[in-house]
Amino acid sequence: MSSLPPPPLSTAQAGPENLGHHIVRILLPAAVLVAGIAIWELAVRLDNIPPYVLPGPSAVFTTLVSDWGVLSRSLLVTLLTTLEGFTAAAFGGIALALLFNQSKWLEYSLFPYAVILQVTPVIAIAPLLLIYLPQQTAVVVCAWIVGFFPVLSNTTLGLNSVDRNLAGLFQLYGASRPQTLLFLKLPAALPFILGGLRIAGGLSLIGAVVAEIAAGSAGAGSGLAYRIAESGYRLNIPRMFAALLLLSAAGIVIYGLLALTSHLALRRWHESALGKEN
Amino acid sequence: MAWSTALSETGVPTRGLAVSLRGVTKTYDNGVMALGPLDLDVPRGEFVSLLGPSGCGKSTALRLIAGLSAPTSGTVGVSSRAGGRRPGPSIGFVFQEPTLMPWTSVRENVRLPLRLAHVPSEQANARVGAALTQVGLAEFAGAFPRELSGGMKMRVSLARALVTDPDILLMDEPFAALDEITRFRLNNDLLSLWRNLRKTVIFVTHSVFESVYLSQRVIVMTPRPGCLRAAFRIDASEPRDEDFRTSAEYAGYCRMVSKALAPSTSGQSGS
Repeated sequence: MSSLPPPPLSTAQAGPENLGHHIVRILLPAAVLVAGIAIWELAVRLDNIPPYVLPGPSAVFTTLVSDWGVLSRSLLVTLLTTLEGFTAAAFGGIALALLFNQSKWLEYSLFPYAVILQVTPVIAIAPLLLIYLPQQTAVVVCAWIVGFFPVLSNTTLGLNSVDRNLAGLFQLYGASRPQTLLFLKLPAALPFILGGLRIAGGLSLIGAVVAEIAAGSAGAGSGLAYRIAESGYRLNIPRMFAALLLLSAAGIVIYGLLALTSHLALRRWHESALGKEN
Repeated sequence: MAWSTALSETGVPTRGLAVSLRGVTKTYDNGVMALGPLDLDVPRGEFVSLLGPSGCGKSTALRLIAGLSAPTSGTVGVSSRAGGRRPGPSIGFVFQEPTLMPWTSVRENVRLPLRLAHVPSEQANARVGAALTQVGLAEFAGAFPRELSGGMKMRVSLARALVTDPDILLMDEPFAALDEITRFRLNNDLLSLWRNLRKTVIFVTHSVFESVYLSQRVIVMTPRPGCLRAAFRIDASEPRDEDFRTSAEYAGYCRMVSKALAPSTSGQSGS
């Protein structure tokens, strides 16, 4: 065999220009944040706005620290609900997509109902669910309903976008159905599945919050959204802001974790996770 | 030097056939008749090229031989290997694109056919290593397909086709997308592989020069529906190398085949 050219095994290289670009991309939003907080604080102090109308950032932060016991417990409850809903959505969505992929009859029979479940606003379904199900279950079901469809539709798309020649190759070598699924369809669908999960993560949190607010009027909840509703009734505006801050942070962390998972799973082969220079 | 023209199928020495097509046609669902009727016999160990313009059903013929699609009429006969693990023909297929699984390493891509056949991992490892050595990629076993050049990806694809030690190698314009330098090198490597392994190779191409350089026999096909227009035996001196590529003998063969390919020359060529 003839000698081979050196392989183009280049990986991401951060040149000085590239690094500067990264710093700017972190610094600019940070500067906007600091400026926003400063203006907010200044406006509250200069106009002497009372905290039950608009608390300043310092008041929100103080509340966050002083009410940490209550808020952290609520945060845990909401996170747990989100996690349960997300897990159910992930497994349910992937499993149903796999079933649809194996049987067209099943897909034709059930897919319209999956769409109906998706397009009906969850805020309208939540009160009904709260009547028929125990509260905690109802909240998890809401989180599941909103998270489930993106996983289902993305996984279906992924399973159907297998390279035709690769499928032919599997056929040529007499691959069984489970082999084709395990070694071909699932890996090919992985980028799509991860995309669906990334959407489902944020949506599960939204589903949990919506259901908690709907349940809030029943008074038995203890999640963060319930805290927001409860604090609203009590005109405890700083605590509303603190709870909102925590919800927002939870959403960011969930998205970040899923994006990181996606990146780690795809970084060696998928276009979406590769550097621009390749 | 025998400038044989329009070789009849009976002129082939009967050492046993690897592939035999009889009156094979293929009509697609949309009514397009892609192929046939086509009669083709390929003896064991022969390197034969199917040459024709795009859309003449060459690839369709390969897919039929591989069993990836069924003929509309006619019979496709492919010799089976005696004593194989599984019944059925032992075929390796190289597609026009490398058709590698991007999510896994070169090693795992080449191992795929063995894994699907439940070959024990120790034995599989040895065979994957041997196949990668054959195509000169032993040191790239851990690389991912995207890290390789186009020519190297094609070599991986070839290694994957060879790893099951098939009797028949079907190649569907495998080097069409490569630059000329890489293509020449892969042509030479393929020839030396064939010289060592003596497998039956059916090579689809639209390049006259490639088909003459590689084959013992060139079969020229007509445009849609693809039928046999002419067949040429290329009895060039072995081994073929860069000297052959620039020889008058090679140029003569190319001229002859090109004439048969040109639309003005209809029917059997006889220069």
